[in-house]
Parts: sequence; C-alpha cells; structure tokens
Amino acid sequence: MSILVGESTRLIVQGITGREGLFHAMGCREYGTDVVGGVTPGKGGSTVEGFPVWNSVERARRETGCNATLIFVPPPFAADAIMEAADAGVELIVCITEGIPVQDMVRVKAFLRGRNSRLLGPNCPGLITPGQAKVGIMPGHIHAPGNVGVISRSGTLTYEAVWQLTNEGLGQTTCVGIGGDPVNGTSFIDVLELFAGDEATEAVVLIGEIGGTAEEEAATWIGEHLDIPVVGFIAGATAPPGRRMGHAGAIVAGGKGTAAEKKAALAAAGVLVVDSPAEMGARVSAALG
Amino acid sequence: MKIHEFQAKGILRRFGAAVPQGKVIDDAAQAARICEDFGGRCVVKAQIHAGGRGKGGGVRVASNPDEAVRLADEILGMQLVTHQTGPEGQRVRQVLIEEALEIDQELYLGVTLDRAAERPLLMASRSGGMDIEEVAQSDPDAILRELIDPLLGVLPFQCRRIASGLGFEGGTARQIQSIVASVVAAYLETDASLVEINPLMVDSKGDVYALDAKMNFDDNALFRQRDVVELRDVHEENPLEVEASEHGISYIKLDGSIGCMVNGAGLAMATMDIIKLYGAEPANFLDVGGSASQEAVASAFRIILSDPAVEAVLINIFGGIARTDRIARGVVAAIDELAADGTPVGVPVVVRLEGTNVEEGREVLERADFDFLVADGMASAAESAVEALKNRIAGS
Repeated sequence: MSILVGESTRLIVQGITGREGLFHAMGCREYGTDVVGGVTPGKGGSTVEGFPVWNSVERARRETGCNATLIFVPPPFAADAIMEAADAGVELIVCITEGIPVQDMVRVKAFLRGRNSRLLGPNCPGLITPGQAKVGIMPGHIHAPGNVGVISRSGTLTYEAVWQLTNEGLGQTTCVGIGGDPVNGTSFIDVLELFAGDEATEAVVLIGEIGGTAEEEAATWIGEHLDIPVVGFIAGATAPPGRRMGHAGAIVAGGKGTAAEKKAALAAAGVLVVDSPAEMGARVSAALG
Repeated sequence: MKIHEFQAKGILRRFGAAVPQGKVIDDAAQAARICEDFGGRCVVKAQIHAGGRGKGGGVRVASNPDEAVRLADEILGMQLVTHQTGPEGQRVRQVLIEEALEIDQELYLGVTLDRAAERPLLMASRSGGMDIEEVAQSDPDAILRELIDPLLGVLPFQCRRIASGLGFEGGTARQIQSIVASVVAAYLETDASLVEINPLMVDSKGDVYALDAKMNFDDNALFRQRDVVELRDVHEENPLEVEASEHGISYIKLDGSIGCMVNGAGLAMATMDIIKLYGAEPANFLDVGGSASQEAVASAFRIILSDPAVEAVLINIFGGIARTDRIARGVVAAIDELAADGTPVGVPVVVRLEGTNVEEGREVLERADFDFLVADGMASAAESAVEALKNRIAGS
C-alpha cells in the first residue's frame, strides 16, 4: 500500500519541452511511472522523446485520462499552470517550481477552494512510492519499498533521511516533500491523515524546519490521532532570528517559529525527536524494534 | 528585500497615505535650508535598514536650522548600533530631514502574511511605538486583526471597523480608514512581505500621518516589481551575501569558524545544527543549489574562504539528480583554481559525498592534489571537521 501515487498514477508533465521538465519526465518514466505525455502551450501536436505534447492541460486530460501532473513551469507562469491543472480537474498537482511569488500562491489557494484537486508544493522535490511510481526529482535508487512513511519540507534532507532508512534495511511506503514555501498546497497534517489511513505505513519520519507553525499544528494532530511511532527532526536550531535560510518559508520571525519550540511541541505529542540529523534512520529502527 | 524609511514613505504617499514632509540628504549643510522651510524645527532621522534607530541615537529633534546641521553632521557617517545591527553597527550614509509634528497619539498599523490563514493580515493597535511582537505577547487582545481577501483587497467595512476599534470617530476616523486602505493597496500591489507604520500618529488637530514606515518585499516577486528593485541599497547588505546572490548561491554569514557548503537549504541547516552538536559553530549557511554546478561550487568556495573567521570547511553534498562525481570534480577544480590564483586553500576541508555515482566521486577526491578529509555520513563529517578545527587551533 501507499498514499497519493502508485500503480494507477497516469502522469503528465507541464513544461515538458523545457530542459528540466524533459529531463525529469524521462527520469520518472525510467523509474517506471506511467508518464502519458506533457503540456507546453504553443507546442501542441509535437512529440519529445516519445512523449506526446498538448497545448493545454484540459486537452491532455481528455486525451490521456491523466490523474496527476508534475509542473516545471518558470515562476512567473507557475501559478497559472497550477490553476489550469485544477480547472481541468487533475486530481494530484505536484509543483516543483521554486521562486513563485507568495501573493500568487495566496491567490492559487483561494482558487483551489471548493475544487477537487490536491496541490503538493511548490518548491518541493515531489513524491515517490518506491517500486511503483516516482512523481518528482528525487534520485529513485536510494529508496526501497517498505513500511515507513516520510514527510518533509526539504529536498536533499529528505534524501538524507531516506538513505538512512534504506541503509537500516527499512523501506518506505511513500516519501512526500511538501515544499519549503510559506504558502503551499498540502500540509503535514494532510499527509499524516493519509498515512494514518494506510495500513502498510507502520512508522513515520517527519522532517520540519524553522518558520511558521506547521510543525506545531502537526504535533497537536499527532497527539490526538496517530498511534504509530513518529520520528521527528527540525532543521535550523542554529539559524539566527530574522534571517531567511534559503527556503522562502524558513525564517524565525518575532521569536516565533524556532526549532526549540517545534521540537518541544512534537516531543509533548509523543514524537521521538532527534537532535542529530544523522540519527533519523537509527531512531526509526529502534522504534520498530 | 528591504528599503529605507524615506523610500517606504515615498511608496505609501503614492498610494495616498499622508506622510510628514521630508527630504533625504547626504550633506549636513543642506539641513539648514530644509529646516527653515519646515518652520525652523525638524527631525533628523538616520536612514539604515535596521530598526531601533531612535534608541541608538539615530533620530534627533532639532529646534533651529543650526542645530539641524549639527545633528545631521553627527549622524551622517556614524556607525549606528541598534538591536538589529549587531555590535559593529551600520554606517549611516543618508539622513531624512522631516517636519516636526505635534504628536497627540501614537498607533500601530501593519500588514503581513498570516501563514496559517494563507492570507494577508492587517493588524492595528493603540500601542504605537512598541514592537508588535511585544504587544502580541503582553496583551494579545489589544491587537485588532482583519484578514484580507486576496482577490478583493481590504473592504470598506474592515477599514471602518479598524478606525472605530482604535477608538476614533468623525474626521480622524475617516483619515484612518483612508490610510488603512492605502497601506493594504501598497502591500498587495508592490508584492510586499511587510508594511509597517509604527507609529501611525494623530496630531493635536486630529490629523493622521505615517510617522515611521517600513516595507519589506518578497524576493520571489522582484521580477515584476522593477520600481522596487531600483530602491535596493547594497551598502546595507553584507558584501559576501551580495556576491553569493549574484552566483545563485544563498549564503548567510554567521559567527562560527567552520565554513559549510551544502546542496539544499534543509540539509544546509541540518549541517549547521550537527556542527553545533559536535561542539563547534558554523561560520555560515550556504546552499549551492540543487544542481551544484562546478561554477557554483567554485564561487561558493571563494566566498566561504574570504571570511577570515573560517578555520575549517565542511562540504556536505547529497547527490540526487546532480551526480556526485561531477560535484567532486567541481570541488577539485575550485581548489586548483584558487591555488593557481595564488590564494591556495590553507584550511582543512572535510568532504562528505553521498548519492548518485558516489564511488567515482570519492575516487576523484582521492586522486586530487589536495588532502581532503573524506567522511562517511553526516555524523563522522561533523566530528572530523570539529576535530580538524581543534587541531588547527592547538597547532597555531
């Protein structure tokens, strides 16, 4: 079992004729994902590397029955690409693009209300169900099928966690990168709810970072609803206040959003918090006995 | 991105907000004439990006033109230290000379993003002049809040609710409603991440002015805010951080002695954290970007090493799509380049590579003309960097 993506995923790539879009469309296909084509306005009717290209998401969906899209559209046009996919009714929208203006995302969130699409990201690595489907830019080979769910606001730090798990002999059900932006589509809680309903997921690794209160909200939810072990790490304990640490959302503002507060909230909810990012895998291993 | 007070006031004036008359100068002699124009009294305000200028002696009232010149002369060129500048302070290059107004009441007005609600949030309070974070701690009920619909902007009834909530009626209430609408419009239309008027003042006649103003902007939106980009003042930024941003690297200077080079922001923060856990302090945050190209790696190296506090370097790369062998070649090339330029790397360099093509990556490091300390895993990398640092300090 798994969440969000798997054998039944039929993926298109928006921005497929761009360098990154094409590279990762091929990477997902190579991993075994059913990539049924892509969209680039103005390039409809052509084919790249065996992928048919359409002018619009609406058309691509009609022709292929795609149920997921992976977006590599540049920041000025990315919000429009997300809303186009939602308008076409694509169930899962994964936006990799980094650098979308916050106000564009605020408008996107308003647009998505009342629609049936789930947005993951932006500014995220995507998600993967090992052995079944990769919808993102992560290196597939570090993953292994198994029973640990992974949720993270980061990219390479997620790879680090996954690699530790795989080295401990622990595979993953699904690894989900929710992205590093202050306004994003899917929250920790959304993903935790899905893991809670997935029988195969026997433990969860939650990787947060400074800024905002998403981890605190997740902690409350975990305390009330989740009875499988959760291992948590929060990046940014050494970050100075008021400075944005690479990710647009990673900032300690007005004394709020510190790693210490987040760790305390998670620990109070029964999460097994590790201070060292090198101990995530080992801690899960110990928790699962 | 941050801008100066006088620039923020310029933007707010364009959106219809009432601000005191003022002129910005970099030559103290000009203060006399301006002060005369304002009726012989004025306020001299240091223009630096950091807050807390008043407490640091950067905001002074002059009661005649001669005094205005003297104060402007004192403030211009000073290293102004505030709680936001750090102990070295920030050099004052410009002062704003403003008309002195009779303050009757000081209020607070601000707009920022409410991350939980995913909408802009308008905040107002009667505790002007205090940090809003302090008010939020000590008396949260004293803050009036209005969430802004991103598609509609602030609505007239919300402006009325703020004015009456602050305790005003009549002409003053109408002026407050108007400035609230201006501030929200400025926030939305300039892609600001923060607009703060603190204090918003009411004078003895009941007229309302933005006495101080602060605006920060969303860096991701600067591509469509060309007027805002022109207001950038690189003197206010750390020169290394400016250079890094030109190479697409995100770099933040910190106070420790282990320089870090990492791909990905989350992993970069985690690397700083683990250095601290092993007993040392990171010298910087540095994310070379997901792809970590050879050029980016080389520039990152130069930037890290140009910080004289750096006594050891820790490179932590998790090659995903970026192949680690290519990154290793970038690191070696950067070291060779620095040596060729007569600035060889003289500090220990610990490298931890993981991910795609890692075997080849490690081979590249072994074959290189430089003694890398190759580590396996984050923990041993941090341990090795801290040990190298201690040996170096003990040896010197």
